[in-house]
Amino acid sequence: MEHNSNMTPPSSPSLLRPSRPVGFIGYGAYVPRYRLPAREVARVWTGGKGAGLPIKEKAVPGLDEDVITMSIEAAKNAIARAGIDASELRAIWVGSESHPYAVKPTSTVVAEAIGASAHIQAGDWEFACKAGTEAIVAAMGFVGSGMADYALAIGMDTAQGKPGDALEYTAAAGGAAYIVGPAENALTVINASYSYVTDTPDFWRREYQKYPEHGVRFTGEPAYFHHITSSSKTLMEALGTTAKDYKWAVFHQPNTKFPQRAAQMLGFTPEQIAPGLLVPVIGNTYSGSSIIGLTAILDIAQPGDRILLASFGSGAGSDAFDLTVTDKILERQGKATKTQEYIARRTEIDYATYARMRGKITMK
Amino acid sequence: MEIPRHWRLKKQRYALIGEVCPHCDAKIFPPRDVCPECHREAKDLFQFSGKGEIYSYTTIYEAPSGFDSNAPYTVALVKLSEGPMITAQLTDVDAAQVQIGMPVEMVTRKMRDDGDERGMIVYGYKFRPTLNHI
Repeated sequence: MEHNSNMTPPSSPSLLRPSRPVGFIGYGAYVPRYRLPAREVARVWTGGKGAGLPIKEKAVPGLDEDVITMSIEAAKNAIARAGIDASELRAIWVGSESHPYAVKPTSTVVAEAIGASAHIQAGDWEFACKAGTEAIVAAMGFVGSGMADYALAIGMDTAQGKPGDALEYTAAAGGAAYIVGPAENALTVINASYSYVTDTPDFWRREYQKYPEHGVRFTGEPAYFHHITSSSKTLMEALGTTAKDYKWAVFHQPNTKFPQRAAQMLGFTPEQIAPGLLVPVIGNTYSGSSIIGLTAILDIAQPGDRILLASFGSGAGSDAFDLTVTDKILERQGKATKTQEYIARRTEIDYATYARMRGKITMK
Repeated sequence: MEIPRHWRLKKQRYALIGEVCPHCDAKIFPPRDVCPECHREAKDLFQFSGKGEIYSYTTIYEAPSGFDSNAPYTVALVKLSEGPMITAQLTDVDAAQVQIGMPVEMVTRKMRDDGDERGMIVYGYKFRPTLNHI
């Protein structure tokens, strides 16, 4: 594709590395209980035909769940692993494209429910699927400047696809919460971060619209692959690393093939992305997608493991992170429900139940 | 519309915050500022663990106004591990799975919309089968 001059990387890219080293103190995942198999969507809309379903099944929120309730549970898991009191958090930021209210913050309800102080920063973030990692970058600056010791960043979604649309197979619910804090108390140090963003019309949802639209041919190369490889390559080149330097990698997961191909383009093996590749069994959790994949890696990680994390948000951009696991991981992995335990808690539903749960049936 | 009431009750509803009696150490939920055991003043806040077990239960098919969109659902008397018995909805469980004595844990969930889809969303405690025993 054509590249504008502003798309070429600066000669010495400025990685984000705060003067005070920071890392993840705690992490927590949440996946709702219900699963809609992709074959159910195909049964209803294509007569069961259609080659190659994009995933096996997706996670569906219960009637009483939304981004607020799911964020509360993920945040509690992160706090349990961090071993801090919720009142020590200086910021609570929630990234999502399915905030329950158009106007009224998700973050203040989460703060109140987990027992945080009222004397904090709170706000909701939106950047399609990378709102959660943008909140993490902000938390790095907030803690890294020394202004705060602990900041909670969440990426969580209850994504909706238009009935019958390609996205309906994958649009799922779930996400993760991370507490950013000083590196000396971190279970994973954030060595550096780098982002890459452009105005790309691959996916959007206008105000008052229930379902998103996508600019079909923009989805792959110009959007997902270009942004993820740009952020990741620039980060790795500036750090002098190659795929072989990492034990694990995790990328945004809109379907099974995209992250597999992004990994291949960057030189990673299928084994390196295997534990974080959750999309086949939970679907695309949008703002939660790459970072819930990271929780599954952290659940099994060992001290010294180096990890590459790269999110993608339509519109479009990617945040890449270089992480190193510390010896504090071992004592904290078991202090909250593991991601695979949430995935194993599985109740299959049919399309009719799904339609009811997701408010797709007109009642008046 | 009961906005003032939702706001006033948010601490106990979101996070199961009750009271503890400074005189006899009884744990109190819902908070009422007077100890039901020794009848003296009790205003110290207490954070319940959210763990408990089902004492009894029933399944609601004809739900009251505001809850009908979630029917059928199961309501239980939950005996909290700190002592008090409270009434709450169960969630993430099929009615046929529910048993007396089943260990449950508190989760914060959406209770209902106040009014229609234009009203505020009311969040509060429900209980689900205990996921793990950490």
